[in-house]
Amino acid sequence: MSTAIAEIHETPAESSVNYLNVTYGIKSWLLTLDHKRIGLLYLGSITLMFFVGGMAAVLMRLHLVEPQGALFEPETYNKMFSTHGIIMVFFFLVPSIPATLGNFLIPLMIGARDVAFPRLNLMSWYLYITGAAFALFATLSGGVDTGWTFYPPYSSTYSQTHVVIVALGVFIAGFSSILTGVNFIVTIHKMRAPGMTWFRLPLFIWAMYATSLIFVLGTPVIAITLFLLGMERILHVGIFDPAVGGDPLLFQHLFWFYSHPAVYIMILPGMGVISELITAFSRKKIFGYAFVAFSSLSIAVISFIVWGHHMFVTGQSIYAGLVFSVLSFLVAIPSAVKVFNWTATLYKGSISYEAPMLYALGFIGLFTIGGLTGLFLAALATDVHLNGTYFIVAHFHYVMVGGAVMAYMGGLHFWWPKITGRLYPDLWARIAAAIIFIGFNLTFFPQFVLGYLGMPRRYAIYPAEFQVLNVMSSAGASILGIGYIIPLIYFMWSMRYGPPAGPNPWGAKGLEWTTQSPPLTENFETIPIVTEDAYNYPSEAAHG
Amino acid sequence: MAELATHGAHPQGFAHQFEDIEQQRDAGRLGMWVFLVTEILFFGGMFTSYTIYRALHLESFIQGSHQLEVKFGATNTAVLIFSSLTMALAIRAAQTGKKKGQIIFWLVLTMLLGALFVGLKLRFEWYRDYVDGIIPGVHWFYNGPHAPGVKMFMCFYFFMTGLHAIHMIVGLGILAVLVSMTARNKFSSEYYSPLEISGLYWHFVDIVWIFLFPLLYLIGGRY
Repeated sequence: MSTAIAEIHETPAESSVNYLNVTYGIKSWLLTLDHKRIGLLYLGSITLMFFVGGMAAVLMRLHLVEPQGALFEPETYNKMFSTHGIIMVFFFLVPSIPATLGNFLIPLMIGARDVAFPRLNLMSWYLYITGAAFALFATLSGGVDTGWTFYPPYSSTYSQTHVVIVALGVFIAGFSSILTGVNFIVTIHKMRAPGMTWFRLPLFIWAMYATSLIFVLGTPVIAITLFLLGMERILHVGIFDPAVGGDPLLFQHLFWFYSHPAVYIMILPGMGVISELITAFSRKKIFGYAFVAFSSLSIAVISFIVWGHHMFVTGQSIYAGLVFSVLSFLVAIPSAVKVFNWTATLYKGSISYEAPMLYALGFIGLFTIGGLTGLFLAALATDVHLNGTYFIVAHFHYVMVGGAVMAYMGGLHFWWPKITGRLYPDLWARIAAAIIFIGFNLTFFPQFVLGYLGMPRRYAIYPAEFQVLNVMSSAGASILGIGYIIPLIYFMWSMRYGPPAGPNPWGAKGLEWTTQSPPLTENFETIPIVTEDAYNYPSEAAHG
Repeated sequence: MAELATHGAHPQGFAHQFEDIEQQRDAGRLGMWVFLVTEILFFGGMFTSYTIYRALHLESFIQGSHQLEVKFGATNTAVLIFSSLTMALAIRAAQTGKKKGQIIFWLVLTMLLGALFVGLKLRFEWYRDYVDGIIPGVHWFYNGPHAPGVKMFMCFYFFMTGLHAIHMIVGLGILAVLVSMTARNKFSSEYYSPLEISGLYWHFVDIVWIFLFPLLYLIGGRY
């Protein structure tokens, strides 16, 4: 009798202790080794970088309301788009899903207490904020005007801006990616709970594994390339300088050897998130698990042999161009496999339209447009017409914003109750998702048309006949900006006032939903034993 | 602290996130191997650039290579290979449960050899290069044949050996930590993972030099 009473009293006491309230104070966060807290440290810092990069984008779009440019000198405009690109690519998109959701979820999803190397994990975050500090410092003290691609000889010889400081920032942040990649690979290999076989892993884990491979294989190359560029700029000893027999094209080859795979660093985690969302909100097993899993790996592999499609018009041999063109078309196959499998999963599912699902459905449509327009650019002949125009800008924003950011937002909304233990207002979340979808399309669809008509990217002014489409795009950007601010407000509200979520508010499958929300510091009271496949939803639900 | 209490039965050095010491050892080993893969790609960008430019400017690279002293490069190669042996012997001593004095002996010898490598490089190579004015961007007065290409070669020489030397210095720091850990009885024949994975790193840095030596010193038929 007395033991029963003790148990009753113990249960609520246990669940009130979690990773958020187990210790307090700034030091307990800055020195934490808990993967969940480190994920939140990343969440805070990349959100800051997202709004800095977003601010640059909004200012650019305001400037482009008038053909002669409404706000800035052309030099300032150059710095705006460079800052936007560098911050969004290296300090937001690359770490976004892996470092926040990945850090938070990988140990939870595979049934582990933490990542394999918690101290290395914290060090990654410190490297990231050090790199980000360099980038922000350079931005505040005058900026950089090379574009995010740092092409020499402009970046090495002629630019009068803070190239070295920014390159150093990217270099340092690169090591953060490398260490995160090493940590995730080892964690996924060695830390899985008993019974969690490779083919029972959630597809998010497969996507993170493929992403980590790219982190590990690609990032060192951009690091050494930026090192060589920095040396050339500081010491005037040209590795890429034609005057001493160097070749600027070599920089482009090395740069894109990383930066093309980096595109998949940004989209693969998003695809992983979408697999989780689609299954959870259609209450169905994923269609073709193995195909979706292996398509992640094949995207990672193919990503390393297509970099030359960024160089079709920069003096690369036409035969190399042909090969790269064919190889680039190959990427479409695993990407399409994913889209078809998600669609097939929806078929006859019992679909519900909570906010995360709205983002997931938005992702499928927008990523499809972004992916298909990529094929226009992979074809040599059309690329000659479209290269360097707004068509390219629209294409990669459909993939990066319509794809990666949509998935990131969907993932945040899906796992927010797990992260904070609180629910956010669902109606506001759906409204925000709709606003983001509308704002996004209004911003970027006109840019396809502008590019096709021949408006070049990276110019501060443009011919008057393009004004209507540019004004549409700028109007869309302001709607999109509002769409991103609304979640910021209700997420912060929910942390204090949101109703408690309970362990599994969505009724979703997966180990992360079997533990309390927010989880304990060590995630599970006892390490779970896995006996079923991923997404093992009751089959009658599949037939409605 | 609670987790330390629950896993109190485990040997020293055991981290709470693992199930057992075996899993921890496997994770550490795999982690170091994956890290070394990133290192290969890090140096790989440089080796690729070297290969392309050497193919484009072979004569200049041979001329540049002749600026280097083979005898110092060869001596340092021998020093490094010997240091790999002493590192392996340190791990072996830990593995077979030898006294800590023996482990420390081999570790310190490894450190001395590593320091000898860096010392020789600084005193007899880079310092002389400075005096001779063949350091591009710092002290450059070379006016022999193929001047631009030789400058390019010397850039590669300093970047590659410089990065390698930085890795050596990091390795010396790691060895110093290992000596102190050994002195504080952190290792036993059950638990010596830090020694083992540091050894992997040390051997990797040696292997990089094994590639650097012929590529930089021995091109152009001068033996």
